[in-house]
Amino acid sequence: MSWEVVIGLEVHAQVNTNTKAFCGCSTTFGATPNTQTCPVCLGMPGQLPVLNREVARKVALTGMAIEGNINALSKFDRKNYFYPDLPKGYQITQLFLPIVQKGLVHIQDKHGNEKSVRIHQIHIEEDAGKSMHENSEFVSHIDLNRSGIPLMEIVSEPDMYSADEAVAYLKSLHQLLKFLNTSNADMEKGQFRCDANVSVRRKGEPLGTRAEIKNINSFRFVKQAIEYETQRQIELIEDGGTVVQETRLWDSVKNESRSMRGKEEAHDYRYFPEPDLPPLKLSDEELAEIRASMPELPHQMHTRFVSDYGLSHYDAEVLSTSRDLAAYYEALVQAHPKDPKQAANWLANELLARLKEINTEIADSPVSASDLASLLARISDNTISGKIAKDVLDDMLKSGDAVDAIIERKGLKQITDSSAIDDMIQGVMDANPAQLEQYRGGKDRLFGFFVGQVMKVTKGKANPKMVNQRLKEMLKG
Amino acid sequence: MDIDVHKIARLARIRLTDDEATTLGPQLVSIIGYVESLQAVDTENVPTTAHPHDIFMPLRDDTVTNSDNREALQASAPALDSGLYTVPKVIE
Amino acid sequence: MPFSNLEELQQRMQSGESNAVAIARSYMMRIQEQNANINAFVHLDQDSVIAQAQASDEHRKQHGARLLEGLPIAIKDIFCTRGENTTCCSNILKGFVPAYDAEVIRRLREAGAVLLGKTNMDEFAMGSSNETSAFGPVKNPWDTDRIPGGSSGGSAAAVAAGFAPAALGTDTGGSIRQPASLCGLVGLKPTYGSISRRGIIAFASSLDQAGPMTRTVTDNARLMSVMAGQDAGDSTSMPVPHANTWLDACGKTDMKGLKIGRPKEYFIEGIDPEVRQRIEDALAQCEALGAEIVDISLPHTKHATAAYYVIAPSEASANLSRYDGVRYGHRTEDPANLDDLYSISRDEGFGEEVKRRILTGAFALSSGYYEAYYTKAQKVRTLIRQDFEKAFEQVDIIATPASPITAFKIGEKTNDPLTMYLADIFTIALNLAGLPGMSQPCGLANGLPVGLQWIAPAWQEGTIYNAASAYESATTWHTQTPEVKS
Repeated sequence: MSWEVVIGLEVHAQVNTNTKAFCGCSTTFGATPNTQTCPVCLGMPGQLPVLNREVARKVALTGMAIEGNINALSKFDRKNYFYPDLPKGYQITQLFLPIVQKGLVHIQDKHGNEKSVRIHQIHIEEDAGKSMHENSEFVSHIDLNRSGIPLMEIVSEPDMYSADEAVAYLKSLHQLLKFLNTSNADMEKGQFRCDANVSVRRKGEPLGTRAEIKNINSFRFVKQAIEYETQRQIELIEDGGTVVQETRLWDSVKNESRSMRGKEEAHDYRYFPEPDLPPLKLSDEELAEIRASMPELPHQMHTRFVSDYGLSHYDAEVLSTSRDLAAYYEALVQAHPKDPKQAANWLANELLARLKEINTEIADSPVSASDLASLLARISDNTISGKIAKDVLDDMLKSGDAVDAIIERKGLKQITDSSAIDDMIQGVMDANPAQLEQYRGGKDRLFGFFVGQVMKVTKGKANPKMVNQRLKEMLKG
Repeated sequence: MDIDVHKIARLARIRLTDDEATTLGPQLVSIIGYVESLQAVDTENVPTTAHPHDIFMPLRDDTVTNSDNREALQASAPALDSGLYTVPKVIE
Repeated sequence: MPFSNLEELQQRMQSGESNAVAIARSYMMRIQEQNANINAFVHLDQDSVIAQAQASDEHRKQHGARLLEGLPIAIKDIFCTRGENTTCCSNILKGFVPAYDAEVIRRLREAGAVLLGKTNMDEFAMGSSNETSAFGPVKNPWDTDRIPGGSSGGSAAAVAAGFAPAALGTDTGGSIRQPASLCGLVGLKPTYGSISRRGIIAFASSLDQAGPMTRTVTDNARLMSVMAGQDAGDSTSMPVPHANTWLDACGKTDMKGLKIGRPKEYFIEGIDPEVRQRIEDALAQCEALGAEIVDISLPHTKHATAAYYVIAPSEASANLSRYDGVRYGHRTEDPANLDDLYSISRDEGFGEEVKRRILTGAFALSSGYYEAYYTKAQKVRTLIRQDFEKAFEQVDIIATPASPITAFKIGEKTNDPLTMYLADIFTIALNLAGLPGMSQPCGLANGLPVGLQWIAPAWQEGTIYNAASAYESATTWHTQTPEVKS
């Protein structure tokens, strides 16, 4: 019997807000240590939490987007443990009655089939601070700017059966949160973190004992960590051992996980209802308002791009990857409505490739949608050819100049004057009498040679359509 | 009732000398023994009370109200290094 | 003058006979002479007091008097006071100076009060005798061999000894009413949610409420009207209805039409017969004033103490986790590792009673016991609430003894925590139910004060003020003062 891996994922996504979950401190990333703290998030005596409305709204919106049940009444609890970056000695979270229960995230499995991963729950909680253990031989340093930052923990059911499926789920979720603007989900800033529960079983058997892999914070590491863990468990069982339920820490440098057993004592978080916070109630009006603020979701946008703009599924998929990209595309089409498919090609194939080379996001592109639209307009009105246009785009990215200025500066304007084209064709014919004779003798494939010669003489600026047409006529004699 | 007072003290991060364990252990047993009387109360179908009033939490606007006040807030800190709190090195 | 009430002091300032600075000075002089005998104050910054009093006199001159203009108020050391030591009488907070005021303190300052130092208390408010303080026990001004009650023992003793005309306390299971009873004062624990808890060091969040401790009922209402009100910074605080009627309620001199419940569970064996007699006398007085006494039952009262000693320590065990020696407070010298930093700092910083409660709470919440203890206690809490709801269908107010006994001797109960816990049996139930309660002087038993406890439905402080002031107007118990030797 072959082995099957079963994976459930817990994602901690930072809710995109101006202020922390329970106090008015800024959430701006990268501030000087401990300058974005106050008595509340430092856990000073007598200080009390007050929930940020935006946190409740954004987590509810996320729950609606995954078709989850929104609990109009939810409750907060305390999770007790000691750690230097946890100022109060407990984390405010939601265990007994979270704001979102159930839901679905849609992905494609390894065979390209649509499948749904069930969501167990989404709950609101506060982040801990940051501990740095590497700066000194003797002490660990604590920065509490992150203490109290709002998180939503999205807990899936164990519905994924390969590392690739797990990655597909994470990508789908990541894209969804960004679309909803409920999380910036920037993994490098720790705004989208993942723990994986991994177990193996022989196909058809009940679930095996799981290990929880912590600290896997990129799609690549998730894949590596799950594959490593799968292999470790299979080898362990095949060697006659048993998997123990434990927490393991992924080391992305060594490409291996290690057990945290012994370091962590038996967990006993002593959860109990947070007495400083009465239940959270979202009124029917507020829920309706949140629902009304739901933006178009990736799969809806995909469908619309296919039907409204006639895009291929592939292009529609690429352009609906992110809200920024889709917005760019729609602005482009609006400024240059003539040919949405051509616009999609230029954006997906030309611009994105160039931006990737210079490591730039679409939102920061030096070439705006209206810049790109004016380039497309110059192709459409035959001022330049598509080939020349690619050079112009390179120039735009480098110089920041406008399309027309570049065409002017480089003298790229297409030759469309038919008498000028005729003169150039005549010159080429005069210069190549032997080839002319062979062509007229029936060697048709020399036509390409003449096209090449004319384009060479005009440095590619002659309108290719006109060159073709006139050349055919004049070569006949 | 048997209570592992060392385990509880460990959870609560309070050092317990053997002497303290000898006094605290039986005291804890007697306190827990006393509250054990609750078991006799019929609470079938009785909801729990976590808050004295049946109210809902107020919500706060998402507006930054705090600015850097690190110096004042760290005035009582027992150990600092360049604005960071320090603790004995944690080995993970 | 040391035993003047707020109303009298206010009149003297208004008439120009005295001013805030003179009044503050005279109290500080008395404190200086006699505090060593009583140990009521643990921090007193004389310069700060004089500066506040001067500013108040100036304000009176420039803009007229505010509600508490120039009145000195002693503050239990559980309230955070910006720039001034706030320790909760624990070694773990020795030297802690908050960068913020509690919301109640802000309100007091805004009303022109002069904060007269910080008073002694049981460490983290955990105690009924003020013997668990890191600053040593407080002595009852009525008999310095005896305890003043707790946990607001310093506040009670300060007022009883004539060190201050009024004080702030907090009450989690009786910590205002029991010391008020044992020291012969008027002490109110308001409806949960009336007074912001922000900046008050937490003991048990779902039970804690601050309140005023005064000589008279009117003074009490006056302080209360400044302290109460919703605070956006405390999610459990609520809009306070009828606050503007409290002072008027204090004008009442009869009890016509008032139905007073007499719960049989509060007149049990074990209550000091003298204490019981004083309460019966008081009820007879109420009847003479026109009230109707109705026998009622609060059947779950007998379980209140057990439920309390699950819920309060559980919440406390979490509330006190923040004292870890990392960001403020006591830190042991040269801890070898993180575990030592935590467990030794906390061992050194916390006293016996606090440790006992933290451990009780950690146990009650621990895996395998949570349902049996915590959840069960929360259900019993519901039954206790319902008892009161049913009772208040029959009566307007309930009268009971505040404490089954008068002040006991220092050291008498320290070896047996459980007996000590039973000192609060009559006060605890209404913390669990979130109801308002007051203790007011109703005579002496064996030469020591006895307190009559009033319990009203939530937000009906007006009914309490009404009954208490009618009783006060017909008796002189509130004017009795101890003789304090220097």
